[in-house]
Amino acid sequence: MTGFAKFIAAAPWTARIGLVIICGYTVAFLFAPWLAPFGETELVGDAYMPWDDKHILGTDNVGRDMLSRLIYGARNTIGIALVTTALAFVVGVIAGFLAATVGGWLDQAFSRLVDILMAIPGIIFALLLLTIFGSTLWVVILVIATVEGTRVFRLARAVGQSIVVLDYVEAARIRGEGLGWIMLREVLPNAIPPLAAEFGLRFCFVFLFLAGLSFLGLGIQPPTADWGSMVKENATLISYGDITPLLPAGAIALLTVGVNFLVDWFLHKTAGLRDDL
Amino acid sequence: MSRLLTISHLQIEGHQEGAWQPIVSDVSLTLERGEVLGLIGESGAGKSTIGIAAMGYTRPGCRIVGGDITFDGVDLRAASAETLRQLRGARIAYVAQSAAAAFNPAHRLMQQYCETPVTHGVMGAGDSAANGREIFAKLELPDPDSFGARYPHQVSGGQLQRAMVAMAMSCQPDLIVFDEPTTALDVTTQIEVLAAIKEAIRLYNSAAIYISHDLAVVAQIADRVMVLRHGREVESGATGPLIDNPREDYTAALLSVRKGQGEKIAPAEDRELLRVDGVSAAYGNGVTVLDDVSLSVRTGKTVAVVGESGSGKSTLARVITGLLPPFKGQIAFQGETLAPSYKQRAKDQLRHLQMIYQMPDVAVNPRQKVRDIIGRPLTFYYGLRGDAKRARVDALLDMIELGPAYGDRLPAELSGGEKQRVCIARALAAEPELIICDEVTSALDQLVAEGILKLLQELQNDLGVSYLFITHDLATVKAISDEIVVMYQGEIVEQGPRDAILTPPHHDYTELLLSSVPEMRTDWLDGVLAQRRAAG
Repeated sequence: MTGFAKFIAAAPWTARIGLVIICGYTVAFLFAPWLAPFGETELVGDAYMPWDDKHILGTDNVGRDMLSRLIYGARNTIGIALVTTALAFVVGVIAGFLAATVGGWLDQAFSRLVDILMAIPGIIFALLLLTIFGSTLWVVILVIATVEGTRVFRLARAVGQSIVVLDYVEAARIRGEGLGWIMLREVLPNAIPPLAAEFGLRFCFVFLFLAGLSFLGLGIQPPTADWGSMVKENATLISYGDITPLLPAGAIALLTVGVNFLVDWFLHKTAGLRDDL
Repeated sequence: MSRLLTISHLQIEGHQEGAWQPIVSDVSLTLERGEVLGLIGESGAGKSTIGIAAMGYTRPGCRIVGGDITFDGVDLRAASAETLRQLRGARIAYVAQSAAAAFNPAHRLMQQYCETPVTHGVMGAGDSAANGREIFAKLELPDPDSFGARYPHQVSGGQLQRAMVAMAMSCQPDLIVFDEPTTALDVTTQIEVLAAIKEAIRLYNSAAIYISHDLAVVAQIADRVMVLRHGREVESGATGPLIDNPREDYTAALLSVRKGQGEKIAPAEDRELLRVDGVSAAYGNGVTVLDDVSLSVRTGKTVAVVGESGSGKSTLARVITGLLPPFKGQIAFQGETLAPSYKQRAKDQLRHLQMIYQMPDVAVNPRQKVRDIIGRPLTFYYGLRGDAKRARVDALLDMIELGPAYGDRLPAELSGGEKQRVCIARALAAEPELIICDEVTSALDQLVAEGILKLLQELQNDLGVSYLFITHDLATVKAISDEIVVMYQGEIVEQGPRDAILTPPHHDYTELLLSSVPEMRTDWLDGVLAQRRAAG
């Protein structure tokens, strides 16, 4: 525990803020049913009720408790974004390392395919696919993972390429090691720092992408609470000077800032930079 | 006339692992006008730090904590940034180790040459360029009139280094700091640059601080030498007497290296192990880098492949290991023809042919412990696990004189020499017949390299393993080889037993290589240059 305390004490204030923010979201994510005063889809009153003691943040367009939905939204939006990012990473990193280690025609095939996917603007590509396959949860996850996975591929390939030319990988090759050993034991452990940093940033992009799709009505479908759709559903209130619809947007912004603070610190540490210089 | 430079009781600290550690402790030196001081020591001796401190500068992460630096009456520690800016470039110049990294690739050489004099207002662009052409001619650069119109990538490494010497001279400074200016160069190129430096210093009667790890090189240039170790002065004195009669053991140790390696035991059996037959190879761009190369290695023997950079010697190693399939010729190991690519070779063939690399830093995976690095070939080739593997790794660690306690360390916790020993243990773990050593000592300090060579020789005596020893360093060759293969531009120019190659008459290129190796006496450079001039 002293090790952890030291670790925190050494972190700059931005990283500590980031950590506190992420901890707060994690609590909401894990304990949503106990924290939320009302159910996720429960109708508790009239539409657009103002803030009062019973409904601290009022109610939404069909009369559900806003605070409860914000808390459940953490669970849905973050959970789905995490699964999507993880999927994008597994596929992107494996393909990227394969392209870097094997090279040749495999690299050409993967890279050109990714070029094609990247040539189409992500949101247009996603809208197209969602229109074809429908907006079910797994389709949304797969579509976003495909779009974001291309970026992960690019990074993993670049990082992998700079590692596979090193002598210890060459030594493993002429020892006769298989592809699996080289990718998992020689390349991956040395690629962790940039990939971990990218994971944090990519998570934010996925999260924003997801919120964006939901706002357009193609992401997570009602009545599931989700911050992107919550902004859209309650957008009318803005015209009356009520800031309630901005709260879910604020939740998105705050998490993004928190994750970025933490990632910045991580990058700073792994790059070997020092504050005193 | 006042002293040009006085450094007294200099203390410099560097920031490492969260704490300030001393890098230079209580070093004092003085320099008269026109005098050349050699700073010599191994890596970490603080010689570069002192060299740049003479310009009133420290690298990021370092700070001067004590002592005085006075340049021509100006206290550099107290001087304002503007005063320092006026001095640097104009009156104190710096020549870095790697000219390739010190030039801006996007500008022509002459533009970069003129930059300092023009910025400092010493002379106009036109005068400066005329001056530059003159210096280029004096440093024997090709086509001095048009040389300045080239970009850095259009000239060779040695020429670029000479251009940097010329650049340092552009304002006719009082003091030049040379920081290992020839370390990255081949011996044949080093001699040209050394001659240029000596000529430049003589022409302008500049004082100089010459930093090097090679005492023989320093001896050619310096009037006085200071030997440094761990940031402290070991001894200093006039060059000649210091070389002839060193007072300290450490200096004597630096002088004594480059001698023989002790005895060689004749191998138990004598048969041909590796045969390279008429091999030609090219990289993707179609340029042939190996042309009809044939050689053979016998059991328990060391064959040294020598040549300067670009001679194809490392490519030969890549061809033998199967990393670069040749387009012509073949390689036989123990009488069996090997497949051109390592991918098609049997596991046992791969096991018999191990490799040790030049840069130990990148030859071991930084995320694996020493025990795992050495243990992997044991598991991979012999299926060893658990206690048996542990015992074998410990035995190997003993063999490389590190001991089992090193097993749990990560490469970052080892020095360069220790890492190289781990690489040797990894190669030995496979119990190979032949180890290809690709410049294994050139990234190491002299005394550490000496230890590695000694270890390799002992292992050969004990285990009867053969070495194909690739190097550009003739001192190493003399020390370790049984047979010598001299390569030049992808071809073998001469090969044979060591003594036959090293005794005259030599092939022209062998002669050039041999005569370019600095010798530990002060008049060597002048002698060689005079001889070459006489020969035309």
